[in-house]
Amino acid sequence: MSSARKSGEVILEVKNISLAFGGVKALTDISFDVREHEIRAIIGPNGAGKSSMLNCINGVYQPQQGTITFRGQTFQHMNSRQVAEMGFARTFQNLALFKGMNVIDNIMSGRNLKMKTNIFQQAIHFGAARREEVANREFVEHIIDFLEIQAFRKTPVGRLPYGLQKRVDLGRALAMEPQVLLLDEPMAGMNVEEKQDMCRFVLDVNDEFGTTIVLIEHDMGVVMDISDRVVVLDYGKKIGDGSPQEVRANPDVISAYLGTAH
Amino acid sequence: MQTTFPRLMLDHAQRRPGAAALREKEYGIWQTVTWQQLATLVRQLACGLAEAGLQRGQHMVVIGENRPRLYASMLAIQSLGAVPVPLYQDAVAGEFVFPINNAEVAFAVVEDQEQVDKMLELREQCPQLGRVWYDDPRGLRHYNEPGLASLDALIEAGRAYDAAHPGFYDAEVAKARPDDVAAMFFTSGTTGNPKGVVHTHFTLLDRANAGKTFDKLTENEEVLAYMPPAWIGQNIFSYAQWLACGYIVNCPESAATVTIDLKEIGPTYYFAPPRIFEGLLTSVTIRMEDASAIKKWLYKTCMAVARRVGPARMDGKPASLIDRIQYRLGDWFIFGPLRNTLGFSRVRVAYTAGEAIGPDLFTFYRSIGINLKQLYGSTETAVFVCLQPDHEVKADTVGVPIDGVEIKLADSGEILVKSPGLLKEYYKNPTATAEVLDAGGWYHTGDAGFIDAGGHLKIIDRAKDVGRIVGGPNDGAMFAPKYVENKLKFFPYIKEAVAFGDRREKVCAFINIDFDAIGNWAEKRNLPYAGYTDLAQKPEVYELVRECVEQVNADLSQDDKLAGSQVSRFLILHKELDADDGELTRTRKVRRGYIGEKYQVLVDALYGGRTEQFIETAVKFEDGRSGSVSATLKIVDVKTFPAMKRAA
Repeated sequence: MSSARKSGEVILEVKNISLAFGGVKALTDISFDVREHEIRAIIGPNGAGKSSMLNCINGVYQPQQGTITFRGQTFQHMNSRQVAEMGFARTFQNLALFKGMNVIDNIMSGRNLKMKTNIFQQAIHFGAARREEVANREFVEHIIDFLEIQAFRKTPVGRLPYGLQKRVDLGRALAMEPQVLLLDEPMAGMNVEEKQDMCRFVLDVNDEFGTTIVLIEHDMGVVMDISDRVVVLDYGKKIGDGSPQEVRANPDVISAYLGTAH
Repeated sequence: MQTTFPRLMLDHAQRRPGAAALREKEYGIWQTVTWQQLATLVRQLACGLAEAGLQRGQHMVVIGENRPRLYASMLAIQSLGAVPVPLYQDAVAGEFVFPINNAEVAFAVVEDQEQVDKMLELREQCPQLGRVWYDDPRGLRHYNEPGLASLDALIEAGRAYDAAHPGFYDAEVAKARPDDVAAMFFTSGTTGNPKGVVHTHFTLLDRANAGKTFDKLTENEEVLAYMPPAWIGQNIFSYAQWLACGYIVNCPESAATVTIDLKEIGPTYYFAPPRIFEGLLTSVTIRMEDASAIKKWLYKTCMAVARRVGPARMDGKPASLIDRIQYRLGDWFIFGPLRNTLGFSRVRVAYTAGEAIGPDLFTFYRSIGINLKQLYGSTETAVFVCLQPDHEVKADTVGVPIDGVEIKLADSGEILVKSPGLLKEYYKNPTATAEVLDAGGWYHTGDAGFIDAGGHLKIIDRAKDVGRIVGGPNDGAMFAPKYVENKLKFFPYIKEAVAFGDRREKVCAFINIDFDAIGNWAEKRNLPYAGYTDLAQKPEVYELVRECVEQVNADLSQDDKLAGSQVSRFLILHKELDADDGELTRTRKVRRGYIGEKYQVLVDALYGGRTEQFIETAVKFEDGRSGSVSATLKIVDVKTFPAMKRAA
């Protein structure tokens, strides 16, 4: 499957990133790149710094050292809104949905940046605001169709099972029409069937929209099956980088996951 | 009426070009296809198929859910005088081999990637299957298979062909005669290979019109089509009657959204097998159990009024003023909103068929003001044989013979039918045809039953399944397994039952619990369980089921013909009976003989007096993998009751 896709130029380059919280070094001198249209996985044991890495990319954390280059523009640190406007979207490990709102409204919130009318126009809901709402709602409906959640349009998200909430989370990220999709453990806590569905959606997103995907994942089986290239972190350091086969054969990676014989 | 399906469609398109023919919910909005648009679509599809080489009389399979373009494809196939063969979309690929080879099918129209995968899997076993078209292109972009194309491509090709041969389509439609074969339906068959039931335009349309006249159906009916189109019930209801009446057929968005779509559409004419009604009632019951105390009280009070007043009201009998006021209040608070939630606010006529329906279930719907009725028919009779007239509805009969139908009973008790809607033949199976159609034109239904004092037909069981108890205290008593199984299944806790007893000295049964209902019941009692197998073997669950079986026995003891069929022992199976494992047919009827062989050790244990038995069973999962389930099953005895006649 992955051989059918073509990866393009490098669009995102992370160089010598170091991040510390007081005396705790979360990331030390991390560098890697992401090519257009590829699925790039970041893996590592608990506390390896995977989520910190993602948070640096989308501007939640500001690294003390290093640069991030996106499509030729280099940044010392990123700014969340700017990142979103440049075409990044993300999902969250512990879900950050609006539990009391229904599926449509949650996914609509991902269209926020695409809406240009102001609060007064929206309050009157006439003319431009209405046209905008209709156009955006149509886009959201395509996502609902794509993710096969038609049966839950009007269900408050808090009432949905976990696996479906994850799907809504992905839907909201897709609503931003991202160029790069950052997925923080999309399969965590799912049963086998839910994982299979999610894998299929991730592959479909990559295949149909050509979206570049950076994903953090715990489940090695999933990572090896769907990603083109893998970065391995351990204790905030990069210990491996390459195709799934290369990473699997890397002795440092094996010892980080399985421990070394003493 | 001497016409054909394509001509009826063209007729509607000419008389009411702008009226809605079909609706499909897409991207959250109901999209309408008018008769005119449908006619154009059918014309292009037909021309495309002709260019691809579809010949008059050839068979072509159609596999998928209810989708406007699949309906249009069936009309296109019929326009060319070829024969559409709808197949069950949830069948596994292997089940398609026989029908496709039996009918020498070379072309297929399928719904989506799932069905395309099945077709490609079959290529080696069915080499003649050259061309496959799909409706929904999702996920199929990278498929590069010879002969595989989208319906869009077919329509495009058809448009060009139509432009080059302008008179072609109309000439083809004009060639068709009412006696030509219109469609073939494969019966699921509880034994052996499925049989292709051949129907002509005339047989299907005659019955469709008989039903139309009987219930005064108009072109204003709204219908939701969500059962498999391969089932003749759905086909008659949303295809034959759709064209005969010209009403609107609505296609739901997906199987998961049916209840939502039902509520949005509010159909006026509704047809479903009992299990759908059962599922709806179960969901209502479960939700009511979780409701607040006031709501529960209100529901209970109003439903008591409904049970007392509702049935007589539906039968058109006068009620006292107080009853009328109470019922009106109940309608205001509960029945009206409940009908709305179920999507039955506008239902004028609702039918259930295919299986026996439980009296409680049946009465529930009628008592809240839904005109639910029963009918009797089969694939071979193009459905409509007996229907219940309004105001003459009973839970245990299936109605009176309608226009054109004659019924008589054979000496064996088997029901024989003569009707204009009888099948032409079983395809390439003259032996089977001769078995069911005798020289006098009577169709042998295989059902045992009788006509009651009011002229209504009552069905007991399949004639061949009716057996005798041999030996023991009930020696020689009649044993009607399905009658017993149905009585068991009428309890919400019991999903399936299989009764054994023919040529044995007593009746024993396998029970399948209803996981949802018993799971909910267990949760209410803080009864922990690990899964289906674990829950099924809980002593508390056995006790619950034993009470149900005892009630059935008490009930059976009232009936002097069937008192000997009381269940002496039972066990609860460790897995759900499944069509994928061959234990049920695709229409969810138990294959008793097969189950008896497969679980021979369990049957032996039941009759050998053992109190438990270990069993390991291979199961097939939906994705095609297989695994096994094992458990030690408990076997318990049940109290039986002396027959009423003997006691007196």
